[in-house]
Amino acid sequence: MKPRFALPLVGLALSAMHPAFAQNGNLNLPKTVAAGDAFSIHSTGSGQATLFIIGPDQVLKRTVQLGETTYFTAGALYNAGHYLALLATASSTDSGVFDVVSQSKPADLSFLAKPSRLQVGLHGGITGAVYVFDAYHNLITVPTPIHFELSNPSGNVQTRTVVAHDGAAWTEMDSTPQQGVDKFVARADEVSSTRVVAQVPGDPCSLRMSARRSGQQLQLETDPVRDCSGNAVPDGTIVTFTETYNSDQSTVDVPLKRGIAKVEMPAHDGATISVASGVVLGNQIHLEK
Amino acid sequence: MNKGSLLAALLAVATVALVVIGTVWPVPSAVAYAGSESALHSSTPESAVENLGDEIRMQAWHKAYESLANKAQFTEANFVHDLTGYYPSLRTYATLNNFEVAPLHASASEAVVQLKLYWSTVVGTTMNTRDLHVVKNGDRWEAEWPIAKEPVVPPQVVPVNYLRWDVIYRGPEDDWGAQDAEAPHVRIVDMRPVERADGVVILGELLNEDVVPAYVSVSATLQSKSQSPIATEGSFDKMSHLLLPKQVTPFLIKFPDVSLADVGSVRMTPFSTLVPASADPVIEIDNEHLNPAPGASLTGQLINQSGQVVNVAHVFATFYNKTGQVEWVADQYVDRALLPQISVPFDVHIPEDIARKVSSDRVIVASYSFGGAR
Repeated sequence: MKPRFALPLVGLALSAMHPAFAQNGNLNLPKTVAAGDAFSIHSTGSGQATLFIIGPDQVLKRTVQLGETTYFTAGALYNAGHYLALLATASSTDSGVFDVVSQSKPADLSFLAKPSRLQVGLHGGITGAVYVFDAYHNLITVPTPIHFELSNPSGNVQTRTVVAHDGAAWTEMDSTPQQGVDKFVARADEVSSTRVVAQVPGDPCSLRMSARRSGQQLQLETDPVRDCSGNAVPDGTIVTFTETYNSDQSTVDVPLKRGIAKVEMPAHDGATISVASGVVLGNQIHLEK
Repeated sequence: MNKGSLLAALLAVATVALVVIGTVWPVPSAVAYAGSESALHSSTPESAVENLGDEIRMQAWHKAYESLANKAQFTEANFVHDLTGYYPSLRTYATLNNFEVAPLHASASEAVVQLKLYWSTVVGTTMNTRDLHVVKNGDRWEAEWPIAKEPVVPPQVVPVNYLRWDVIYRGPEDDWGAQDAEAPHVRIVDMRPVERADGVVILGELLNEDVVPAYVSVSATLQSKSQSPIATEGSFDKMSHLLLPKQVTPFLIKFPDVSLADVGSVRMTPFSTLVPASADPVIEIDNEHLNPAPGASLTGQLINQSGQVVNVAHVFATFYNKTGQVEWVADQYVDRALLPQISVPFDVHIPEDIARKVSSDRVIVASYSFGGAR
């Protein structure tokens, strides 16, 4: 479009939004058009004119023969919203408005699942929110059923069906007592979106260690460390061994490897050794003098 | 001749006179910096050690080595490595800022002189003390360097079940709504504001309660009684920034020139993010001992239980009172590399007024290896 036409057209567009200029009888416009569908506009009169269709992020310009029907192919208009049609001849301008609405068939889901990692056994700990879009990324505002499914490797499945209103639907799920990587799926018609939610063990439960003398050294080793649901606490979790003797102390922070933590510390007669992980305390061992 | 010309002539004459005086009768420190012969003739034990200190400060290693009475016992390379470290460490990139000499004992033919060396490192000043035996050789005094040879670790293979976390972050091309990896869950398990002479200090402990490693930091905002902010500060290096699962770090945040009486509330903001990390090396803290005032400190040894060299170790000590509340947090950088299985001492200073209230302590070590994530 040449710049010198731009300002008058914008002015015309603004004036056309006023109810007094809402519709002109020379233009026969559809009330609504589904995004991406073919449509036609009929005009009356004789001679040539220029038809402008102005909408969100899109402008079409056609030279039309007045009195004939102008056809627009599928995909010509794809952004949902309020559109303005202008029919300009050398002597007059007619205008009208129509709506392009989203398609009713979902083609894409934006799925936000939170959190991506949480402890086992939390009621309502997982939330999923879905926004439903058509093939042209318009939000589908008509009520649409959304099927949520959370499944873990042990076969436990939770399902919910929620009707999306104004393009959005959300739900809550519980984390299961078993650790594992769960699949969280949201589905609308044939469209689905999958997220991964890791259910991880909680704090160590009944932390317990044993000690064995080896010359001047003391070999300390925990039992396999598990949470209160029996899940193995992941490797890398820090276990702190503290040996107190006389007025001195020795400390080692050891990461769990293959489910256990083990370390060698000096063997001091009369020493007391304790074990802890985070805020969880384990047993104590007292070495005889 | 006008006044300006007269002034210029006087300045020129004065400059030439000062240059001549400085050249003919230089001050000792200028001689030392010029790299000439020893600034002071080593006519006393103290002057011999001062000369040695000057040469170390100038990194005139050969001259310093040649001045030693016991140089036949070790090589010049041993002497340099004793001062700068055998392996890359904080000391490798440090310069001697200043030194202090104090006589401990003297006789006609020998003396003991204490040399305190203040090194400027990238994380601040560290101090080392050496007691030097000084002997008289003719009309000169010569220092004997108490060489600390680096222990040799026997060649061996140390098996390590290497445990490491890597992170795949969300990409820039991902759609809106695509999931990112969750930031680690961390929790402040203790926090306490303390009034000190130079301002307010916030002490506390932060726990990584997640199952993944976390890069953490803490900031605090002091608010007045009317809830208006007074100041915001971060913990900077007064905490261990890498926390493995279930690991706890102390933190200390300083607010200089703020009075606790003006503070109505404190808003704490912990921050955490996922980072790739390794669970190794494991460092044992051995023989922790609380030394009472005067000169209160926590001493002990670090023992690197892994097979890799730790280039920089940062010791954090949390001190608790009888009720188990955090009483103070102190730290110390160890300026020597930690070799596998070799113990390295540490000495964390405790303010004397606080030392009297301390009942127990807990020590953690943050370590950094060149070319590694930690």
